[in-house]
Amino acid sequence: MSVEARERKQPWILLTPALTSVTLLLFVPLLFIVVYSFWLRTATGADDPGFHLDNWQKALGDAFYRDILLSTLRIAAITTFFCALMGYPAAYFIARSKGNKAILLLLLMLPFWISYIIRTMSWINILGVSGALNSALMALGVITEPIQMLYNEATVILGLIHYLLPFMVLNVFVSLDGIDTNLEDAANSLGATRWQSFLNVTLPLSLPGLAAGGLLCFVLGAGTYITPLVLGGPRDAMFANLVFEAIITQLNWPLGSALSLMLLAVLGVLVMIYNRYLGMTQLMKGLG
Amino acid sequence: MRGWGWQAIRAWTLLVYAFMFLPIAVVVLLSFNANQFGSFPMTGFSLQWFVELSQNDAILRAFRTSLLLGALTAAISTTLGVLASLALVRYRVPGENIISTMLIAPILVPEVVLAVALLLFLNFLSLPKSFPLLLMGHVIFTLPFVLLVVQARLVSIRRDVEEAAMSLGASPMQTFFQITLPLLMPAVLAGALFAFTISFDDITGTLFWKPGGVETVPTQIFAMLRNSISPEINALGTVMILITVGLPLLGLAIARKINQKSGA
Repeated sequence: MSVEARERKQPWILLTPALTSVTLLLFVPLLFIVVYSFWLRTATGADDPGFHLDNWQKALGDAFYRDILLSTLRIAAITTFFCALMGYPAAYFIARSKGNKAILLLLLMLPFWISYIIRTMSWINILGVSGALNSALMALGVITEPIQMLYNEATVILGLIHYLLPFMVLNVFVSLDGIDTNLEDAANSLGATRWQSFLNVTLPLSLPGLAAGGLLCFVLGAGTYITPLVLGGPRDAMFANLVFEAIITQLNWPLGSALSLMLLAVLGVLVMIYNRYLGMTQLMKGLG
Repeated sequence: MRGWGWQAIRAWTLLVYAFMFLPIAVVVLLSFNANQFGSFPMTGFSLQWFVELSQNDAILRAFRTSLLLGALTAAISTTLGVLASLALVRYRVPGENIISTMLIAPILVPEVVLAVALLLFLNFLSLPKSFPLLLMGHVIFTLPFVLLVVQARLVSIRRDVEEAAMSLGASPMQTFFQITLPLLMPAVLAGALFAFTISFDDITGTLFWKPGGVETVPTQIFAMLRNSISPEINALGTVMILITVGLPLLGLAIARKINQKSGA
């Protein structure tokens, strides 16, 4: 074999294990559930292969599924909004602070290393009937009986914000940190107030980071089922909970396939819109 | 030159950090509580919950499962990731962008969907829920993170060094193991650590893939939460925090020490 031929073959040898894994464990399974979603789970529990539209009719037509899909998107949107509201100023502070930037960044990365389930359940210690807040209010004499503050939509959103905020701060920080501060100084020296130069120079330049953080918060938030199970009540199910129910509890796998694909389609469209206008590189910057 | 606006941003940032860390601090605080229900008020310092934890067979089993799963996941996905990164950074591969996107795809697909697809497909192939299924799932969604970390580092290792070794007569294999790999080591370790932590923390996919009776630490915590809030959970949480935060910090400290030594 010539040297050139070996040079050409080598990268493929290196890529084969990873590409094979992703193909067999992600792409083929995704194609499989597309096919599977047209099968039918019969009353006996067996699958009837074929081309049935029943699952899709149910998933797309049933008001139950539609309402939960809409409320999932609403919860994800509210979460993303609050992440931006809380995260942007914090990211700005870290990016523009002198000195202890490394420590501030490390602190920001810490939550990534702390288990999601621990962070979620930690709110039970704060808001639970015998939690910190109730204990404090009772000790102060504000209330005599503990109040049930948990297990509603607000606590689901709270848990999601707590989980997703670091993604927002990190992405905004990455883009703010990349902005040349001379631009702000130039705007200031030309007579802009600090607020004006922020609004007209810094903010627009940091929008890609804000968008990347927003996309991550929204997609991750809309795809979760653990937070509603831990911090939500029986009526706070999100769309991924329906998928979990169908697959694990009801064992209706064809319906579960259709529901998963619906979630993938909705979130996939968002990712594609984002990719069309901003490209994936910004997102990778924040992740890497 | 920085006025009240900056002060306001500083105060806001402080509140955001408090919001992030207070609930976690309360977990750690309560895990040392002597109160018999493990909730407020704090009645004194005690290690009783950690003692109970160390005697709880279910939790110890979950720990062993999680450690094994995390270690295997880290080993496999780091190997796959390093090989693929080498191909993507060191060679001109036709269709590089498509390949990169394909390899990153596991983090673009919502984890629930990935979990369902993998579970149903392997079940169709008569491979039921099992430890290998769990491992395959964890490898596939940690791979993109390893890839991103290793690629970023590989780009910054200059080709010249490798070419110098080869021009002095080293074979490509020798060059890789004696030049490239040592230089790449920090990224390899970081990638492996990343993969381990993500696997160790995962619950979304794990709940779909785990066979009945097998629990990882997060699914064990989840199961305990559903029964009742037992105070052991806080102690378990504290241990988890120590492992997933302590390990990377320790790694960072060691890396610094090595750097200092080789730098001097």
